[in-house]
Amino acid sequence: MSEFLQQLLNGLSLGAIYALIALGYTMVYGVLRFINFAHSDVFMVGAFIGYYLGRLVPENTVWGGLVVLLVAMLGCAVLGMLIEKLAYRPLRGAATLNVLITAIGVSLLLEYSGQVFFGATPRTFPAVFPSVNFTFGSLVISSNQVVVIAVAAFLMVALEFIVHRTKIGTAMRAVSLNPKAAQLVGINNDVVISFTFGLGSALAAAGGILYALNYPSIDPLMGVMPGLKAFVAAVLGGIGNIPGAALGGLLLGTVETFVNGSQWSTYKDAIAFAILIIILLFRPAGLLGKSTVEKV
Amino acid sequence: MLTVSNLEVCYGAISALRDISFTIEAGRIVTLIGANGAGKTTTLRTISGLLRAKKGSITFRGEDISKLPPHLIVARGLCHVPEGRMVFSNLTVDENLAMGAYLRHDKAKIAETRDYVFTIFPRLKERLTQAAGTLSGGEQQMLAIGRALMGEPKLLMLDEPSLGIAPKLISTIFEKIVEINRSHGITILLVEQNANLALEISHDAYVLETGTVAMHGPSAELRNNPELKAAYLGG
Repeated sequence: MSEFLQQLLNGLSLGAIYALIALGYTMVYGVLRFINFAHSDVFMVGAFIGYYLGRLVPENTVWGGLVVLLVAMLGCAVLGMLIEKLAYRPLRGAATLNVLITAIGVSLLLEYSGQVFFGATPRTFPAVFPSVNFTFGSLVISSNQVVVIAVAAFLMVALEFIVHRTKIGTAMRAVSLNPKAAQLVGINNDVVISFTFGLGSALAAAGGILYALNYPSIDPLMGVMPGLKAFVAAVLGGIGNIPGAALGGLLLGTVETFVNGSQWSTYKDAIAFAILIIILLFRPAGLLGKSTVEKV
Repeated sequence: MLTVSNLEVCYGAISALRDISFTIEAGRIVTLIGANGAGKTTTLRTISGLLRAKKGSITFRGEDISKLPPHLIVARGLCHVPEGRMVFSNLTVDENLAMGAYLRHDKAKIAETRDYVFTIFPRLKERLTQAAGTLSGGEQQMLAIGRALMGEPKLLMLDEPSLGIAPKLISTIFEKIVEINRSHGITILLVEQNANLALEISHDAYVLETGTVAMHGPSAELRNNPELKAAYLGG
């Protein structure tokens, strides 16, 4: 029983990170209907901002950790908005395939620029948050897990508030539902799209920091695997659906952790893609997505 | 209030509007009528900035707006209720109305406009928390018009407000259009396939044929024009 709880906890904290990344994929899909493959590399840049900044603030302090988190989120928000403006905005109205290929190009650009500027050798992420273990019987909770779950939960509630209770959030939903009608009520769609990229990228940066806290070896290609899995999580929950992305992330992280703790642990990476194939075969709209008939 | 001159619009190589010119004076209800494909919807979309003109100019209250993006055209007081209503289906009626006032910031004034919208369409007040997609066609049309009114338009453009609506509601909606024009002095540009109805409530009319203006004049006169009767008014 305690092993089950332990694995569940580990799974939820991994899943919370997938969820944070998946939210960015799903929000961008919502407003632009394409998969921003560069998103996983924004996650990586977030971790590297944390790495460099983490050496400037005192280690093992809550405020130091929060400063690192906030600055990385801000930095990546700006990066995400820049990517949108420079790479995707000129392609507005172009075929989706063009935008998709551009996204892969931006992803490669970030990965290999990362290798040029940060070096290809893995770095050890500094312990920016205090690190202690809480023991309840045989259950061990690390403070990093507490940080991951608390930060992720806070950010998801904040996102829910922004999307449903603010004007810009309502505008995001409006653009996602009908971009033409959004323009006709006076919404500047470019501003809303830019805001969406900023928001998604900030969440990816938070994911990057939280991931690096738990797996403290970072390198410029670190985003590839978590990025792919978060993408699977977004599809699992229903691409374009915000609660779906959160649910998909938590589910995927939990399943993966349980597989990792079982005799089939070699297949822990394969499980995500098996889930993707099954979802695409049997419920392509995802768990929370509404299946719609493609209009012609 | 609005002057459109020599407007030419193409979809790729196909020209949709060849040479459209018309003028709308403040306080009037003006209608564009014509068959399917005559260019009525294209004209409205070009005025509101969704489409770009190849040639010609669009002057709204003394300013050329033909190069402006849609949100800046709305900001100048020109609101467009698009064909097919295009309400935000997953948003509530309340949120749809709030989005209509997207560019306005004075909360008290927004609330005033909202009350005004409710006096015209009391039905919307009963449906406030309902998702717009669950409304009937007629109610969605009321919402689409209400949403546009929330933007405080000086000129309101309506594209086929009778399309896909229960016949019983069509006359209500047209009465409301007249009321909006009379009580608030909002100028109206109405595109309609139902020419009889459009000529009945409008002051002036333009008849479009394959991307050009074939005929124009006071609606009362056009209603008795034998040519037009034969072509559009069912004899």
